[in-house]
Parts: sequence; structure tokens; C-alpha cells
Amino acid sequence: MKLVLEILRFQPESAGAARVQRFETEAGPGDRLLDALVDIQRRIDPTLAFRKSCGHGVCGSDAMLINGRERLACKTLVKDVAAEGGPAVTVAPLRNLETVRDLIVAEEPFFKRYRAAKPYLIAPDAGPEGRERPQTPEERGAFDDATNCILCAACFSACPVVREVNPRFIGPAAIVQASRFLEDSRDRGLADRLAALDHPDGVWPCENRFECTRVCPRDIKVTKLINLTKQDITRFKGAKPEGR
Amino acid sequence: MGGASQVVLHEHDAVIVGAGGAGLYAALRASHRVRTAVLSKVHPLRSHTGAAQGGIGAALGNVEEDRPEWHAFDTVKGGDYLVDQGAALILAEEAVEAVIDLEHRGLPFNRTPDGRIDQRRFGGHTRNFGEAAVRRSCYAGDRTGHMILQTLYQQCVKNEVAFFDEYHALDIVLDGRTSSGVVAVDLASGEIHLFRAKAVLMATGGFGRMYRVTSNAYASTGDGPAVLARRGIPLEDMEFFQFHPTGLRGLGILITEAVRGEGGVLRNRAGERFMERYSPKLLDLAPRDIVSRAIVTEIREGRGFHGDGSAGDYVVLDATALGKATLEAKLPDITGFCRTYLGIDPAETPIPVLPTAHYAMGGIPTDDRGRVSSSTSGEPYQGLYAAGECACVSVHGANRLGTNSLVDLVVFGRRAGDHMAEFAAGSEGARREADGLELARMWRERWEPKPAAPGSTAHDIRRRMEALMTEKVGIYRSGPALAEAVEELKELRREWQGLRPGDSARSFNLERLDILELGNLLDLAYLTAASALGRTESRGSHSREDHPGRDDPNWLRHTMARLDGGGVSLAYRPVDVTRWTPAPRTY
Repeated sequence: MKLVLEILRFQPESAGAARVQRFETEAGPGDRLLDALVDIQRRIDPTLAFRKSCGHGVCGSDAMLINGRERLACKTLVKDVAAEGGPAVTVAPLRNLETVRDLIVAEEPFFKRYRAAKPYLIAPDAGPEGRERPQTPEERGAFDDATNCILCAACFSACPVVREVNPRFIGPAAIVQASRFLEDSRDRGLADRLAALDHPDGVWPCENRFECTRVCPRDIKVTKLINLTKQDITRFKGAKPEGR
Repeated sequence: MGGASQVVLHEHDAVIVGAGGAGLYAALRASHRVRTAVLSKVHPLRSHTGAAQGGIGAALGNVEEDRPEWHAFDTVKGGDYLVDQGAALILAEEAVEAVIDLEHRGLPFNRTPDGRIDQRRFGGHTRNFGEAAVRRSCYAGDRTGHMILQTLYQQCVKNEVAFFDEYHALDIVLDGRTSSGVVAVDLASGEIHLFRAKAVLMATGGFGRMYRVTSNAYASTGDGPAVLARRGIPLEDMEFFQFHPTGLRGLGILITEAVRGEGGVLRNRAGERFMERYSPKLLDLAPRDIVSRAIVTEIREGRGFHGDGSAGDYVVLDATALGKATLEAKLPDITGFCRTYLGIDPAETPIPVLPTAHYAMGGIPTDDRGRVSSSTSGEPYQGLYAAGECACVSVHGANRLGTNSLVDLVVFGRRAGDHMAEFAAGSEGARREADGLELARMWRERWEPKPAAPGSTAHDIRRRMEALMTEKVGIYRSGPALAEAVEELKELRREWQGLRPGDSARSFNLERLDILELGNLLDLAYLTAASALGRTESRGSHSREDHPGRDDPNWLRHTMARLDGGGVSLAYRPVDVTRWTPAPRTY
């Protein structure tokens, strides 16, 4: 079928603001939108810039706005967003992060928040010599959802709190990463993570608007994990005077 | 100062190129001892290690008796005896410690009811030297690679490793047999950087993008081995390229062998479990080269679902007997891939599959410390290391067993990191002040925008390369077709020389990157085809229809293929067979 894409272009080295450019290409309904972008880049306009790598939704490179919604281009099929003879599909870079070129955004502010959440196991010891730390399948299951995160930044882009309320909000992905460890029976790092999480720019700005959960390409229950983290902090602070 | 002299200088003890499992593990070890920098052309968390699904093999014996020696034997036999046996023993023994270390660092393995790391069956992994399939693969759902990548990156964040994200390596500083740095381009700015170091590690991953249908990421373009090959370092066993039997039809997306490990079976149009005819003992869990050939044979003989042997013909992977619960609990990602890309639920509908280009057994020749050692005598280069898929230790020989890629990168990534740090800490730093600057300036000059040239385009060259590699250097090969492939690749490499990008921007000039990556793939494809033409036998993944048998008297040796002017010169070095005598490979 004929696929029409309207792509928001921005070239930092040429004067002028971002502009929409229209491309027409042939695509099958079952093709990935990424395939169409690659086709345009290789056959029509080599200056079109976007990130890509695995091509099947596990590396997190190609999150972008497709018809106004955060999606991975490689996990979006043409038939999901376009119909024969239907309106053009709009493609734009992620929101809440600065555009560097075309569909490429600066990721450092996103990863800076990720690092602030101390996204690594904080255990009381190095682990038993020559064998694993024990963990039951139930304990392992408790944080499974959060381990799905591929740091694609779709949730951060979709977050209305970052956009409208507090641009310094640590954001959903960093809290998911914290949650991945806070709910892990082997981790003892809540106190260490409080500086980033129990802070006016930490977990508290979240207003349960669920945009993060709606756009997550890995179907993580992001808002639920944020609330779980808020509860962990409240419980921890309540228990603290008793000597924890 | 002219534009060409503006090169950004960095001084480190160790520089690592690539931030997948091998690069990150090496970085973690090296950064404890010496000043270490990690360059990666994609953000480390986008590395292709993250796409590995089924598991990491280690003889923990958590669910049934197992021994590292059995794992080593399986690795040797799986590689059709082209494996260096001492290295395979190291792989199997250190796998146990590496898996425990990963768990201690936080890796969320699936667990047994009593809280230990759970293990499952995988192709070619057996108990007691081939008796029956053994549960050896430690796993985290069907995203074990994702968890390894995440865990290692998390640890690097904790240890404040210095990363240079989206830096693409262009060249190495090599003086005789001593390496002292890397030249790279910062993709965001277009600036050329020179990283001087006492030790350099290549950990750039695979190069499956030589083929039309592959499980590999767009980024898997073999940058490390190609850079070294152009500097005259021979690459080892390049003719051995693995086709994974179960790629999603048409797309090549990997469907893990763990589906078969959990009980899934391959079927032809008649519904037959055809592996009964090819591998009576291990059936669907035979090594990948055997299963891929079986699928091609079924299709060629008219038993595919179309029955016409056409390019779109296929067989199915039937996982319906596993049930929804097992699929959701142990294979959630591949269940999602089937839904997303084919609109089917594997609990109800068998999955259409075809072999997909998956893994390079060959690559940069190294010893068991990760030191690049190219001569037939094994004398290593100074300060030059390689690990992971881009390296050839060789632990995979003529065919890699499932799960052993992750084992390879943690075991030998770790070893390479330790040894490069030891080397860098002990070395006197005798390098000259001008080392590398001239090379970096040359690249700075080359990176300047040039007028676009008419004629062929990168797109056209790439399509022709993919087609010829798929048709002539694929699962089945023959002398005349390989000879044609070598000639066609010479022509494509010549055409590539004339390519000029149309994009003149500095920031994220991805067309330039694309042309460089294509050049890397062409060089590696050329070495692959020439090595395959040279080896007149069939062994593991290298299947010559004009030379159908394994020929130990003549070919129990590693190929060393060197770019030599416009041609390829082939030499050979012996295989370490000190532990097990090569025997017929039956399953």
C-alpha cells in the first residue's frame, strides 16, 4: 500500500526551526514503521536521522511520537497506524527532551535521572562463597514487571507532570528502576535511594495520570510501581523512629 | 589552525570498544585497577547482548547432576572438533563462577522452588558425554541477555566507569605489533577523537548484517574485526557462520531454542516431527547447524508448508503443547513477538520459522587471556585484546552451542579485562608523543564533507552483498558458487570506494556511518567467502555440497585469512585436541 509519512525534521546546522516534511513510500500492512523509515533513509533522503538497533522491541533505541503517541517504531506495524487511502502518519521526536537532529533527542537528562535512582543491587554482603543468594520464585516474581524496562524514554516523554508541573521530576523510568531493586528480596538500598526519591523532585510529583503506563511498549504497570515506591518510602519513614 | 588538525585527545590506560556483555564485563574488571574508557557506537543498553534470550550454560547441577567437564565435551563435539579444547575447559569451568558472580551482582535468574537458580535444557548440552539432554541453561525468562546487559551496566554505573556513548571506532593506533590507541568519531558532534591507551580491547559483537535475513541488530556490522583486518591482522575461521534454525519467517527475529528446550517441536507440512530422521537421540535439541540443514532439506524436498521450495516456504515450531501458563512464565517475550509481528498466539498456533543468520564463530584470533595472537606460532600482539562474538578464542569451533555465546562473553570478557589491566598497570608507557596523531588527522581530513559522487549507492551495494551472501555463502555451499561470491565481493568493494555521502552535516551524519559500516561488512564478507572457498570439507556450519564429509587428516586446522592488497591470503594453524580425540559427530 501507499504509505504517507509526515516527519518533523530539525537540522541543527541549517538555519530555521523544525519543519514537517512529507514522504511517500510503498509499505506492506505487516511491515514495521521502522522498515518504512529505513526505506526512506536509504532510497529517498539519506539526511533523515533516527536511532535504531535491534529492530524488534528489545533495545529501546527507536522510541518516537507516531500519530502523537509514544511508540517504538520497530514494534509498530504499518497497519496499526495507517490505512489504505487514509490520512498521513505523523512522526516526531520524543517530548520532554531536547531534539538534537530530526528524530534524535538528547538522552543524557534522562539517563542522569536513571543514575540518580542508584539502579544497581545494594546488598548487605557480597553473597555466599561459591553459591547464589537464595530467592524463592515468589520473591523473584515480586519485581519481574520492572525488569522488563528497556529505558526507551517513552514514559518520560509522555509524562504530563514533567511537561506541565515540574520539569525536574525524576520521572517514571527512574522510579521503575528504583522499584526493580526496592522490591528485590536481596536488596537493602532504600535508605541510600531516599535522597533521590524522597525529594520534591523525586517520587512525590507523580499525580497518577497514567500516561506512562499507557505508552509503555513493554506493558509495564509503571504508575502502579510508582505508587508502590511511594508506599515503601512512607512505610520506611514511619518505621524509622523505632530504630530501623 | 585548519579544521583537519582539530583532534580531541584523551589519555587512558585501557580503552574498550563496544559495551555489550564482553565490553562491560571487561570494563568492570579493568576499571578497578587502571584508568579505563568505554566507547560504544550505540548507548550501552542498546547493545545486542540484550537480545539474547534463552540462557547461559553453566554446570551448576542445581536440578540434576552436571559437571563442567561434560559441558566442555559438549562444546567440543558441538563445534565439530574445531574447538581449542583447553579453552573449552576454561569456558566450562569458569562459567560456574561467572554465573554466581552475576547473581551476586543482582541478575534476576528464574528460581527453583528451593530458591536456587533454575536450569533448563538446550541444544547439544548433554549429561555424561552425550547420554541424554541435561538441564544446564541458567535463565531469566526468555530475556537472559537483557538481564546480563542490564546487570553489567548497572554495576558500571555503580563503579562510575567512564563511558563515551555514540562514539564510533574508525581505526586503531598500531605500531608494528604494539597497539596504543583508538581513533573514533563522536557521532553527535562529528568530532574526531584520539584515545591513547596502553591497552585496547575490541568487543564490538557480531556481523550478521552481511546476510539478508538475520537475528542481528542493525548495529552488528563487525567494526572491530574489520578495522583490525584492514591493518593486516588475519581473522580466524571466518567460514563458520551460524544460522539459527528458528527465526520468525520473513523477519529473521530470533525465536529461542528454549522453546524446544521446554518441549516445542519442529514439524513439516505433513505434521511430522522431522528431526526424528536427522537426530534420533537429541531430536529437536540437536546442535543448530544440524537442525538448520534439516529444515532446508525438508523444504527442498517439498515438505515445507508451501511445498514448492520457494523462498517464502517454511516449517513450523509447534509450542502448542506447552500451554499458555508455561509460555507466559518462561517464554513471555517470544510470545509477544509472535503476537506483534505475526498476529498469532503460540499457545494456539504453530510458529512459522526459517533459519536466520545469527552468530559468527570466527573473528579476531585471541589466546585464552583475550590477547590478539595472529601468527601460526601464537605470538601475541602487545596491548591488543578482543572478546565476545568479535573474537575467536576458539571455543565455538565450527558451530556454537546455544547458551555458549553468553558464557563466552562473561568468561572471556572478564579474563580480557583482568589481563589488559595487568598489562596496562605494568607497562612502562614507552609510546611516543606523536603516536596516533597523524592517523587521527588523516581521519579528520577524511571526515570533511566531500562532493557527492554519482553512480551506485550504498543501498544498491548492500542489497547485492546480502543477496550473494545468502545465496552463495549460506547454509549449503559449493566451490563454483563460492568462487563467484569472491569475485562479486571484489567488485562490490571496488564500487564501495566510489561512494560519497549526500549528507554534509556534522551532527549525527548517519549516512557516513552507514557507508563505513557497509565497508566493514564487505571486508568481512570477502574474508568469509574466501575462507569458505578454501576449506574443501564439510564441518559444523560449513557445509560444502561438493565436499560432503569431514576431512580431519587435511582440515583439522583453523583458517587464518588476511586481507592482502586486493586479495585474501589463507594460512592455517593447528587445533588444540589434547583432551578428546576427534570422533564422528552423531546425535
